Amino acid sequence: MTTAKTYDAVVVGAGHNGLTTAAFLAKAGLDVVCVENNDYIGGAAVSRELHEGWIYSNCSYVCSLLRPEIYRALELHRHGLQVTPYGGSLTFMQNGDYFGSYYDPEVAYRERARFSKHDADAYERYAVDTKRQCRLIREFLLTTPPDPASLQAKDLLGLWRIGRALGEMGEDRLYETLRFWTLSVADYLDEYFETEVIKAALSGSGVIGTALGVRSPGTAYVLLHHYMGDVDGNIGTWGYARGGMGAVSAAIAGAFRAHGGELRTAAGVERIVVREGRAAGVGLTNGDEISARLVVSAMDPKRTFLSCMDRGDLPQDFVHRIERFKTRGSSAKLNIALDGLPTFPALPKGSTLYFSDMHFVDSITRMERAYDDWKAGTWSQDPYIDAVIPTLVDPTMAPPGKHFMSCFVQYCPYELVGGELAGSELAGGELAGGEPEGRAWTDADRQAFAETVIGQIANYSPDFRDLILHCEIRTPADIEAEIGMSGGHIFHGELTLDQLLFNRPLPGYAQYRSPVKGLYLCGSGTHPGGGVMAAPGANAAREILADLRRPTTVPESFGDD
Amino acid sequence: MTERPERFDAIVIGAGHNGLVCAALLGKAGKRVLVLEAGSQVGGATVTREFADGFAVSACAHLVYQLQPAVTRALDFKPKYAVEGLDTVALDRTGAHVRYAGGELRGAGAGDTERYRDFHRRMTRYAGVLEHWLNRPPPRLATRDLDDRLGLLGMGLRLRRLGKRDMREFLRLITSNMHDELDEHFASPLLKGALAFDAVLGTGLGPRSPNSIMTYLYRLAGGGELAVPAGGMGLVAADLAGIANNAGVDIRTDSAVARIVVETGRVAGVETVAGRRFDSRTVISNADPKRTILELLGARHVETGFTRRIHHIRMQGTAAKLHLALDGLPEMPGLEPRDYAQRLVIAPDAHYVERAFNPVKYAEFSPRPVIEMIFPSLRDTSLAPDGKHVMSAIVQYVPYVLAGGWRETARQALIDTVLQTIQPYAPDLESRIVASELMTPADIEREFMITGGHWHHGELSLAQCLFVRPVAGAAQYRMPIDGLYLCGAGTHPGGGVSGAAGRNAANVILERDKT
Repeated sequence: MTTAKTYDAVVVGAGHNGLTTAAFLAKAGLDVVCVENNDYIGGAAVSRELHEGWIYSNCSYVCSLLRPEIYRALELHRHGLQVTPYGGSLTFMQNGDYFGSYYDPEVAYRERARFSKHDADAYERYAVDTKRQCRLIREFLLTTPPDPASLQAKDLLGLWRIGRALGEMGEDRLYETLRFWTLSVADYLDEYFETEVIKAALSGSGVIGTALGVRSPGTAYVLLHHYMGDVDGNIGTWGYARGGMGAVSAAIAGAFRAHGGELRTAAGVERIVVREGRAAGVGLTNGDEISARLVVSAMDPKRTFLSCMDRGDLPQDFVHRIERFKTRGSSAKLNIALDGLPTFPALPKGSTLYFSDMHFVDSITRMERAYDDWKAGTWSQDPYIDAVIPTLVDPTMAPPGKHFMSCFVQYCPYELVGGELAGSELAGGELAGGEPEGRAWTDADRQAFAETVIGQIANYSPDFRDLILHCEIRTPADIEAEIGMSGGHIFHGELTLDQLLFNRPLPGYAQYRSPVKGLYLCGSGTHPGGGVMAAPGANAAREILADLRRPTTVPESFGDD
Repeated sequence: MTERPERFDAIVIGAGHNGLVCAALLGKAGKRVLVLEAGSQVGGATVTREFADGFAVSACAHLVYQLQPAVTRALDFKPKYAVEGLDTVALDRTGAHVRYAGGELRGAGAGDTERYRDFHRRMTRYAGVLEHWLNRPPPRLATRDLDDRLGLLGMGLRLRRLGKRDMREFLRLITSNMHDELDEHFASPLLKGALAFDAVLGTGLGPRSPNSIMTYLYRLAGGGELAVPAGGMGLVAADLAGIANNAGVDIRTDSAVARIVVETGRVAGVETVAGRRFDSRTVISNADPKRTILELLGARHVETGFTRRIHHIRMQGTAAKLHLALDGLPEMPGLEPRDYAQRLVIAPDAHYVERAFNPVKYAEFSPRPVIEMIFPSLRDTSLAPDGKHVMSAIVQYVPYVLAGGWRETARQALIDTVLQTIQPYAPDLESRIVASELMTPADIEREFMITGGHWHHGELSLAQCLFVRPVAGAAQYRMPIDGLYLCGAGTHPGGGVSGAAGRNAANVILERDKT
């Protein structure tokens, strides 16, 4: 059945970015409907009860990048969002020791000095230098990237603004910036630290969600995607959304509804309708059609243009370039319901590090080898895991005394190469010419993968295995199947320089518009990329309102000073 | 001795090809120039020398492809080549080799042939932008200086001249990786393997590493046509030395410099290992930046931040050389006679190249390395006795520091690995070997005095090029002590037998003297 009504805009996908665009458009007085394929909203910012009594943040699991400007403009606190900061990180070492990073600066200094006085001092320099890069980029998160090849006034103005911000850094700092953006995280850390475990502990943030190794050029930049956020203005701090990450989406959805928006779940989009060269609405999988003057896709660029559109509606060259947009998933998750708090004998009793991000890889070499496995087409045999137990802070997610553990795993491929439990370094044939063929995950593969991860944690926690009541395994293939992200890429596409800023998703199409009039992108596949930031959604709304010549509802960047 | 030191307008430390280019240009401009070379012949890493009785080889670099037209023009230099316009032959185990030269591809599918022509045309176009940038000193950023601003503007305009579409594509590609680009364009694994190797030759990158397209463009900047110099690389250096001599430059070999002399806070000259002192208010070092600043000058003469940056230059070589003296050419299935004089490459596919890259990250050498081989003696009888031949091979990846050290057993293991890798392509090679010489990056460091044995005097990466090569704040050839300059591959635009660094440095000095 086709609804007679024509909406001002239909937003495809009720992830946090889709909801953000929808909310800002509704706030501007537009008649907006947001459609979601799943029967729950949130996309990858979601809380789900998959084991009775437990709420999982089963995709994204911690919160920091969400732009405070958006939080305030949409009054998310009124819609139930509460972010509780948590502190620190912890790296277990193979020699039985551990390295902790503490919230309290003096304790943190003492801990670093336990390994190296030099590194403890160098950390101050490192923190200052890295924060300087954060400040530079934060200013541009809520702006549309200018097109360097354009001579239009707004692009020249945008370029001039960037030039000015760079110029204000001064000559030396500018060179540092240039290097920061192009160095590998391992090389960057080498310039400050001498202790392996300290470098390993810091390097993880350079590769999370990224199909690159700690030694690949460009990964120093990825650090920023884990440092540039804040909780209540504390830059670099992370927090838990009370009730799981679904609370973020729920709050944005609340704001959207409060502005009169309409939300439809279990309404998967089969195709984006184009009439006379203009986006005219969407056709749903159930046969319904929703007509709208604008279509905004929060799906990733590949799904939007390659799966949901008739190729005849797009320039051929554009399609070709979208096909090569890099979306090779490299991250997986295990969500685990625990019967009690696991013990970690390496830690002192009652250590605050139980509250922190736990890691189990203690050297740059182990980090890099984990990447080599992924390149060879298998999951890391010695994986980097970012494990947190949010239920220590948030009692709403598990029954009393029980816990939820979220384990983010790097690296895990979308497809496997080679026979069962590929694993070996020479997967794909030692001397064989030709390209390795990928194959789909089997259930046995998924179990073996989960065992690798659980085994890695159990090495440091003897009772961990026995406490597991339920475990959800999410490989990139699962992530794609459930949430629709192509390749299961958690950022909707690699965060490498060739896909950042004015290159995201494609050069010439980085301003949220598509080649089809009335069709926009607002997901993480656009600037400034992934993470639960909501900036792409807000930026897209600003561009749309500008095209409609309506006053914007999207806030300007606060700036840091 | 109270003999007064000789005085020069400029002293160049090291007679590598960049040092010679720089000296020759200064000489031509009327300066009184002295070149001091530690070795017994000129050339540095552009050298021909005997490695076995009667057998000689270009001991380091062995092909010319980056020699900048701007340099040959400025010196009126016409290098003599034994072979020009070499094909690259991507070797196949069954003899179905793929060949390419310039934009022409043979032996792969029709689709690839077409796409390669287009790919090569595009890449050459982008390399043209680099070529423009390479042949002038990089401007400083964020200064109020008019020349710097004009320099930047010039770079920007050169970029814009590509047109909207290509400019966007250039900005995307320059940070991207070769592996994905090849996968997108081509079907032939052999072609992809060989091009992936082209992109990472002499670098510490794998084809999947971001940055590897930039290094590929670097290779193409300046023409990209491959040539084998007549008489080996040493003759290129000898010719350059001849040009320098004609311009009145005084070149002295066996004169290793021990230190750069600093007096009253500025450079005053140099002192040789033999204790001789030469005076000049301009000292130009063709040595790598680490050696120049940390050993020849001494860290105490520059501020600590600068020293730290010099320390952080990444310059550990990943390429080794293997020289074989052969009692005849090996039988290589599928090769036509003329192919033996071309560049032969073992890199069966891009994944193979990436796998070869992995071990070097952990201080190991590749169990299945990528290899570039030439038989220079085929068209140049001066290199080997009658009927006998020389094979010169670049072997990648080989670490500078090997876990366990470069002991004799490890060296032999590497040679065996290389021969095993070549064996399927040239089954009788081993039986033809009369003598061999292996040069690991550690050996290259020792012989050519290049820290880390890195050909380019420092990794070629975005984090170490243009405005920040060799280090931030010293990219204009001038070091932060009065009178000291660099002119080697460690400076912009980097390595390869290009001469651009030497020419740029000379221009900076001549410009200085104008004002």
